Amino acid sequence: MESAPSIVQIKGIRDGLLVTFADVPWAEQRAALMQQIEEKSAFFQGARLAMDVGSQPLRVNDLVDLRDWLSERTITLWAVLSDSPTTEQTAQLLGLATRISKPRPEETRHVLDGIPSDQALFIAKTIRSGTRIEYPGTVVVFGDVNPGAEIVAEGNVIVWGRVRGVIHAGAKGNRSAYICALDLSANQLRIADEVSAMLKPQKDPKPEIASINEEGKLQAELWHSGETNIRK
Amino acid sequence: MTAKVITVTSGKGGVGKTTAVANLATALAMDGKRVVCIDGDIGLRNLDVVMGLENRIVYDLVDVIEGRCKLKQAMIRDKHLQDMYLIPAAQTRDKNAVSPSDMIRICNDLRAETDFVIIDSPAGIERGFRNSIAAADQVLIVTNPEVSAVRDADRVVGILEAEEKGNPSLIINRLNPTLVKNNDMLSAEDVLDLLGIRLIGIVPEDENVIIGSNRGTPIAADGKSRAGQAFRNIAKRLQGVDVPFMDLTPQSGLWNAIQRFAGRK
Repeated sequence: MESAPSIVQIKGIRDGLLVTFADVPWAEQRAALMQQIEEKSAFFQGARLAMDVGSQPLRVNDLVDLRDWLSERTITLWAVLSDSPTTEQTAQLLGLATRISKPRPEETRHVLDGIPSDQALFIAKTIRSGTRIEYPGTVVVFGDVNPGAEIVAEGNVIVWGRVRGVIHAGAKGNRSAYICALDLSANQLRIADEVSAMLKPQKDPKPEIASINEEGKLQAELWHSGETNIRK
Repeated sequence: MTAKVITVTSGKGGVGKTTAVANLATALAMDGKRVVCIDGDIGLRNLDVVMGLENRIVYDLVDVIEGRCKLKQAMIRDKHLQDMYLIPAAQTRDKNAVSPSDMIRICNDLRAETDFVIIDSPAGIERGFRNSIAAADQVLIVTNPEVSAVRDADRVVGILEAEEKGNPSLIINRLNPTLVKNNDMLSAEDVLDLLGIRLIGIVPEDENVIIGSNRGTPIAADGKSRAGQAFRNIAKRLQGVDVPFMDLTPQSGLWNAIQRFAGRK
């Protein structure tokens, strides 16, 4: 590390390599890191990199560029540590860890904004406790939503299974969004800013649909085929 | 021999992971298998106590990882069973002394000369848990028939799915058939209904399990105990033998009469 010793420090940690930088502008930090990697490409091959960027505010483009550059060299960037909220947000958006000891972020699905609300995310598995799914459109689950799981969708939520977790449809304020499921025994449902707590678990579950009625209250009712007045 | 590495985990603490590890290892060793148990709970070790080997610890897992001793030196042979060993956890260190790749390396070293490596995972879903599942070929999830334990088990199943650790199997521990019959406890069906994973055994509540743990003699060695029988059945299933599940409906007749006499009914 003779060439740029003052700008980049690299040390081994349990989960791979940790890169720390001296307090210089990002362009210089980036150039110094790239130079280090080019020089010692064999050492870095296949490495898992965590990066501490201090208070440097980084935007999506900065990190995406670096991540792609690294992955071309078989290096995985998995964590970005920073005191800057902008950088933290960017890293989270890209699904990178922001704390080294934190569980890895693959349990949360982050999807970039800008997907129209008629797009749907299809998930063919049971959503288990601790999993949070956020999506800017409609979410369709082919499986159960277990207690402790959360689905936050800007569109509708349709579950071909049993709902016992928390579901929020129309999360950005769409009051015409709805939630339907084969068995709607959720402990809490939300549509836009309406909340309904404690739906009674049913002995003999039937498909139900929850929506906001004319009086502005969130209510769940049995699904009757052919009765599609709410939907269109 | 190529060992199968089995990790026993739960999410919630106090559901019987350590007891399950000690009993499954005992049962497997009684079937003539060569078994090594690893206590993955660095800093809060207790598998050595349950197995009654506390006084024999010289080296531990962290000593092996940091190169202060050979793997063989840290393997403590059981008092009764010839082919059962324990690698204890370090008590004076914490989870950060071990990494997932350390666990994989140690398990790979053990694979050549054992049939089963059983790892006792700490409670929680943090570092220690991730270390413990890193090397696993199969994961056993222990839960009690309680809502909180089942919810934590569900969380663990989700993480295992995300880590692509295959399909875990479920042990329902401390089921009380009488309470289930009276609708005062979740039934095995309720638990399976939520978790949706393969059941590998149901262990009935039995106070002798606690007595055995305190004495350092796992109940699986006791031919008369029903909990011991349940653990022996699970050990058989781990070896690929198809054993029917025990009938756990509350016993009538004499047993009820004794309970009535003891004022429990």
